[in-house]
Amino acid sequence: MITVNGDKAAWSPGMSVQDVLRARNFKFPLLVIKVDGALVQPRDYAATPVPDGAVVEVIHLMSGG
Amino acid sequence: MSHPESSTPIVRCEVDFTQRTEYHHGMEAIKAAHKLLAEATFTPTLPDKGYTNRTLYVNVGTREIMEKPVTQQMKDIFLGGRGFGLWHLWNAVTPATRWNDPANEIIISPGPVSGTTQYAGSGKSLVVTLSPQTDIPIDSNVGGYFGPLLKFSGFDALELQGKADQDVILFIDGQKGVIRIEAAPLEPVDSHVLAEVLTRMYAEDDADRVNISVVSTGAGADHSLIGMLNFSWWDHRRGCVRLKQAGRGGIGTVFRDKRIRALVCRGPVVKGGLNNPADPETIARTGIKFHKEMRANDDSQCKMRRNGTAHIVEIMDAYDLLPTHNFQYGSHPDTHRIASPVWQARCTQETVDGCWYGCSMACAKGADGLVLKTGPYKGHTVTVDGPEYENAAGLGSNSGVFDPDDLLELNFYCDTYGICTITWGTLTAFVMECYQRGILNLERTGGLDLTWGNAAADLEMMHQMARGEGFGLIAGQGIHKMKAIFEARGWGDPKLMADIGMECKGLEYSQYMSKESLAQQGGYALTNKGPQHDEAWLIFMDMVNKQLPTFEDKAEALYYFPLFRTWFGLNGFCKLPWNDVVPSDNASTSEPAKVPEHVQNYVDVFSATTGIRIDKDELIHQSAKVYNFQRIFNIRMGKGTRSFDIPPYRSVGPVTREEYESRAERYDKQMMEEIGVDPAGRTTDEKIAITRDHRMKRYNSLVDAVYLRRGWTPDGVPTLARIQELGLDAFPEVVEIVKNHGG
Ligand code: SF4
Repeated sequence: MITVNGDKAAWSPGMSVQDVLRARNFKFPLLVIKVDGALVQPRDYAATPVPDGAVVEVIHLMSGG
Repeated sequence: MSHPESSTPIVRCEVDFTQRTEYHHGMEAIKAAHKLLAEATFTPTLPDKGYTNRTLYVNVGTREIMEKPVTQQMKDIFLGGRGFGLWHLWNAVTPATRWNDPANEIIISPGPVSGTTQYAGSGKSLVVTLSPQTDIPIDSNVGGYFGPLLKFSGFDALELQGKADQDVILFIDGQKGVIRIEAAPLEPVDSHVLAEVLTRMYAEDDADRVNISVVSTGAGADHSLIGMLNFSWWDHRRGCVRLKQAGRGGIGTVFRDKRIRALVCRGPVVKGGLNNPADPETIARTGIKFHKEMRANDDSQCKMRRNGTAHIVEIMDAYDLLPTHNFQYGSHPDTHRIASPVWQARCTQETVDGCWYGCSMACAKGADGLVLKTGPYKGHTVTVDGPEYENAAGLGSNSGVFDPDDLLELNFYCDTYGICTITWGTLTAFVMECYQRGILNLERTGGLDLTWGNAAADLEMMHQMARGEGFGLIAGQGIHKMKAIFEARGWGDPKLMADIGMECKGLEYSQYMSKESLAQQGGYALTNKGPQHDEAWLIFMDMVNKQLPTFEDKAEALYYFPLFRTWFGLNGFCKLPWNDVVPSDNASTSEPAKVPEHVQNYVDVFSATTGIRIDKDELIHQSAKVYNFQRIFNIRMGKGTRSFDIPPYRSVGPVTREEYESRAERYDKQMMEEIGVDPAGRTTDEKIAITRDHRMKRYNSLVDAVYLRRGWTPDGVPTLARIQELGLDAFPEVVEIVKNHGG
C-alpha cells in the first residue's frame, strides 16, 4: 500500500509517479509532487519509482477564472 | 470520473479571421441625429505615480458634469478600482436606495497600476453599482481599454448617476479635453453592432480607432435584471471591435435604466510609461522576467495563449467538478465535444489576443467565422469572444449542450444582448431541471421544450428575453425571483426549488461543483457580492490535495485568498497571470499554492508604480480595509449578516435520489468513515437526510471558524476592534452600523 494525498492506495512492483497519476486520473498540468518528502520534477515522473509504503503528495495548484 | 476521449480527430478550422459582417453602413445618418445636451471642457492630464488625483462625476439626469478631487484618505483606505467604486457608491446612496433609483451610481475605476503596459494583465477596470439582483453592491473586474484610456485622459474614476429622459451617449475626449452628453435616438441596440459603429464614429481616422473604447450593453439588459456591460477595444489585426464583459449582478440593467446607450472614451496614443511610475526600471525588469517565464512555461503548463481559460474544461470533468445538468453531476460522457482541443481548433491562433497592451498571457481568444443560425442576426458572420471556461461550462455542460457551434451561438448572443453568460448558464440549468421535474412544462413555458441539451429552445428563450416577451422575460429575472414567481403560481415545491436553485444573496453560482469541498462551499457562499469564484477557488487544496484538514485550516484559506484576490481589483490587475503559469522553481517554495514569486512581483510593481513601499503582509492589510468596508456596506443595505451566507443545498450535497445514487459508493463510504453511521440497509432517502444533516452542521462550523478568523462576530459583523485596526473607525456611520449590529 501507498498513501496518496492522505488516501490509502494499492501498490504494485515497478510503480512510477506517472503510474500513480494515471491510476488517480490526475490530469491537471500544474502539480507539485513529492515522494516521501522528496520533490519530483515533471520530466522525471515516468522514471521515478514509488516504493511500497511511500507517502506521495500530489499538490494541485490553482488556475482558471 | 473519466470518459473515453473522442476518436474524432480535431480538424483546424480554416477561417479568414479578417472576414465578418460589417455594420457601419448608415453611420452618417445615425450621427446626424445626435443632439448635444451638455458639454464641458477639462485639461487632459496623465497620471503621476498611477493616480491622476481627480475623478469625473456625470449626472445623466441633471446633465451635471463635474471634477472631484481624490483625497489622501481615499488613497490610504480605498486604494483605487473597486475601493474607489465602493466609496463613491457609499456616499451616493442610503439604506433605502434601490438599484433603479436615480441616486444609484455606476462607478468605473481602473486602479493605480492599471494601464501599465510592461507587466502582463495590468489593464483592468472595476465596475461597482447596487445590483438589481442582490440589492447590495456588486463589483466586476473587466478588461478592454476603457479604464486605462479614462485614466490617461485624466480621471481615476467615472461616477455615473441620475436617469436620462432619452437615450444618451457620454463621450470623453481625452485628447481634446471635452466631455459631451449627446442624445442618441437612432443608435443600434446590441453591443457587437453598437461598439463597431461608435468606434468608427468617434475615431478621427483609421489609426485613431485603437484610441477609442466603448462601454455598451444590448437588448437583453432592457428586459432583464441580468444585464452586463461590454468594454471594447479595437483589434487592428482582425479589423473589428472585441469585447470583454463586466458580467455579474446586472450592471448593464442599471446602465439601461439610466438610459445610457454607451460611454465612449477617446484616450491618447498609448505607449509605455503613461502611468508615470515612481520606478520604471523595476516595472520593466519585473515585466520582462514574467514575459520570459510565460514564453518558457506556458506550452508545458496551461497553454493559455492557445486555449485561454477553456483549458480546464476536460480537467474539471476528470475531477468530477464540471457542473452538469444544473450542478447535479460533475462529469459527462460528451465533455470531449466541448473540451480544449475543440476550442484550440475553433479559435484563431494566427493572431495575438490580449485585452490590454503588453499582456503576454494573451488569453482573450476569438472564434472567427461563426455563421449564426438564429435570431436577429441569422446568416451574419461574426467573431465570438471566447469561449472562456465559464461559458463552456455554463452554456454547455450545465445545460446539457455539447455542440460547439450551439455553444458559440449562445455565447455570442449573451454578449451582444448584454447579459451575463455565467448567470444565463446557471439560470438555464435551473429551468431545465424544473422542466425535468415537472415544475415547468410546455404549457407553462409557452411552448419552449426545455429538455436538457435543447440548444434551440435555450436560444429561443434568450431571443424572447431580448424582445421582452414570453417565458424569456421570466427567465431574465434570475433564479431568486423565478423561485418566487413559480411558487406564487403554485408550480412546484418551494423547498425543492430552494435546494436546486443555485443562487445565494440573489446571484447565480459560477461554474464549479463545490459539493465535495467544504472550503469551496464557503468560498462561494461567504463572498461579499454573491457566489462568484473570484474571491476564493479552494477545491483542489481542499478536496484533492487534502491540505486543509481542519476548520481552522479552511478558515485561514478563506481569510487569505479572498483578501489576496480582492487586491487585484483595487489596482486594475488581472488574476490570470498570478497562477495560470508558475515559475519553474515554484514547486520548491514553501507555499507553492500562493506562487510566492508572483506575489513578490505584484508587491514590486505596486511599489514601483505608486512609490509606496509595501510588502506581502501590507498587501493583505490594504485589501482587508476594503473587504470589511464592503461587508459593512452590505449590512447597511439590510443584508451582510449570517443568514445571507447560507448556500442552496445543491452546492453542499446531493439533493435527489439520482444524485445520491450516481455517487453512492462515495457517499456511503463518507457516511461510514466521517459520520460513523453504517449505511447498510438504509433507504436512499434516509441516507440523503443523514448526509444533509452532517454536511449542514459541518458548514455551520466552518462559518464559525471563518468569522472568527476574519475578526467578525458569530453573526458575521466585523467587530469594533477589527475596524479600528483597519482605520475604518474614521467613518462615524461605519462605527454606528457595527455597534448597532453587535460588532
Ligand atoms: S490574461 Fe487574458 S484576461 Fe487577463 S489581461 Fe491578459 S488577455 Fe486579458
